[in-house]
Amino acid sequence: MGGKINFRGRSIISINNLSKEEIIYILETAKKIEAMPFKKKSELLKGKVMASLFFEPSTRTRLSFNSAMTRLGGRVIGFSDPMTSSFAKGETLYDTIKMVENYVDVIAIRHPIEGAARLASEATEKPVVNGGDGANQHPTQTLLDLYTIKKAQGKISGLKIAMCGDLKYGRTVHSLAIALSHFNCRLYFISPESLKMPAYYLAELSKRGVMFSEHEKIEEVIDEVDIFYSTRIQKERFPDHAEYEKVKDVYILTKEMLNKVKKNMRIMHPLPRVNEITLSVDSTPHAYYFQQSANGIPVRQAVLSLVLGALK
Amino acid sequence: MRYSQDRDRQDKEDRPYKVFKIKEGVVIDHIPAGKALHVVRVLGLSKNLGDSIITLGMNLESKKIGKKDVVKIENKELTKEELNKIALIAPNASVNMIKNEHVSEKLNIMIPARLENIIICPNPNCITRNYDMKTKFTTISRDPLKIRCNYCERIFDRDDVELK
Ligand SMILES: [Zn+2]
Repeated sequence: MGGKINFRGRSIISINNLSKEEIIYILETAKKIEAMPFKKKSELLKGKVMASLFFEPSTRTRLSFNSAMTRLGGRVIGFSDPMTSSFAKGETLYDTIKMVENYVDVIAIRHPIEGAARLASEATEKPVVNGGDGANQHPTQTLLDLYTIKKAQGKISGLKIAMCGDLKYGRTVHSLAIALSHFNCRLYFISPESLKMPAYYLAELSKRGVMFSEHEKIEEVIDEVDIFYSTRIQKERFPDHAEYEKVKDVYILTKEMLNKVKKNMRIMHPLPRVNEITLSVDSTPHAYYFQQSANGIPVRQAVLSLVLGALK
Repeated sequence: MRYSQDRDRQDKEDRPYKVFKIKEGVVIDHIPAGKALHVVRVLGLSKNLGDSIITLGMNLESKKIGKKDVVKIENKELTKEELNKIALIAPNASVNMIKNEHVSEKLNIMIPARLENIIICPNPNCITRNYDMKTKFTTISRDPLKIRCNYCERIFDRDDVELK
């Protein structure tokens, strides 16, 4: 196998560019950072500056990136809404990055257009971390999902994992399913007919030797799985309103459905939820979505520390 | 002397009309009918021609494929890499290098592993469709054709391919 893993100076644009070894390395680094003494942790990125360039609002992701950076002793500059900054239309993304790179050591970017983060990484030698580019990639989300699964179950390999909801448009589940193909997991896809996992992803999973099955009801698989990953079903995704009305209640996870599940089964959700998981589930030991969102911090800290060369 | 010069000039003037023979260059045969101009475009021959001569034969009879187009290129250096781009439009075209009026080499064209600035990304929400910039695709399978946009990372097949 190749040489040592080295992330210094490297951009993190897509989960597809990370090997299994590199993914595991980032997850191990996140664990290391979580266990680090406070003093050491708070000085890890001292003197470093991160540009936080949010070309579309995403409070959740922005706060997570900014908190990850500042808690390691680094500083953050940037904008959260292009309309209130001078970067609105007119200036090209390429030119914006060329200017910003002079002020910072690393750039976190979120942009509504697919491929924007890749273009940004081509404009600069500074590492760029993709915080979501339209329907395409959001690699730190995928990494935090993997980290959460590992933390919840002690391992990733060989687990039975169900994904439920909008599997057609859900970027989160597409990236996660592909990433899980490294770990020999058994996948279950639960969705209404009109929101099934796209054929391309199913073909890709088959090609990678992943075992999976498709289902229409949560009850068909919930008692078997180790992880139940729920996602939003958005009304606007349905071609007609009647169809939405027909399925909207079928994909709601309630406490009653958890009576016979595995003791260590954990429920994940990228948040925010609409009504896919009832509040009564929150108090069960299976609810894990708040821990999941908290895991965004160590995972983003790991990514920032590695690309800035503060940790090896 | 003078006679020879005249003949030379006459030859040059006649050349575009001699569809069948060229002295030095490339003959691309068995192009599906109607695709000759696409071949010209994908090879970047629609501008900066200099001294080169491009001869098109369109809608010719072909025993092999019914109707076909033929493109002949003279006085223009084309690398094998460039010629491979033809496979995007005419995967079954025959590409013959001509030296001294004879076929010096038959090329087996193959879609290149990387396609830089040749095709448009079919995804309207791709960054390459929203900024004036080069497109980049990676070939992930040749038969059937599957290419991935380096920016939006979506995968497309032959029916999606549209030249830039
Ligand atoms: Zn694209």
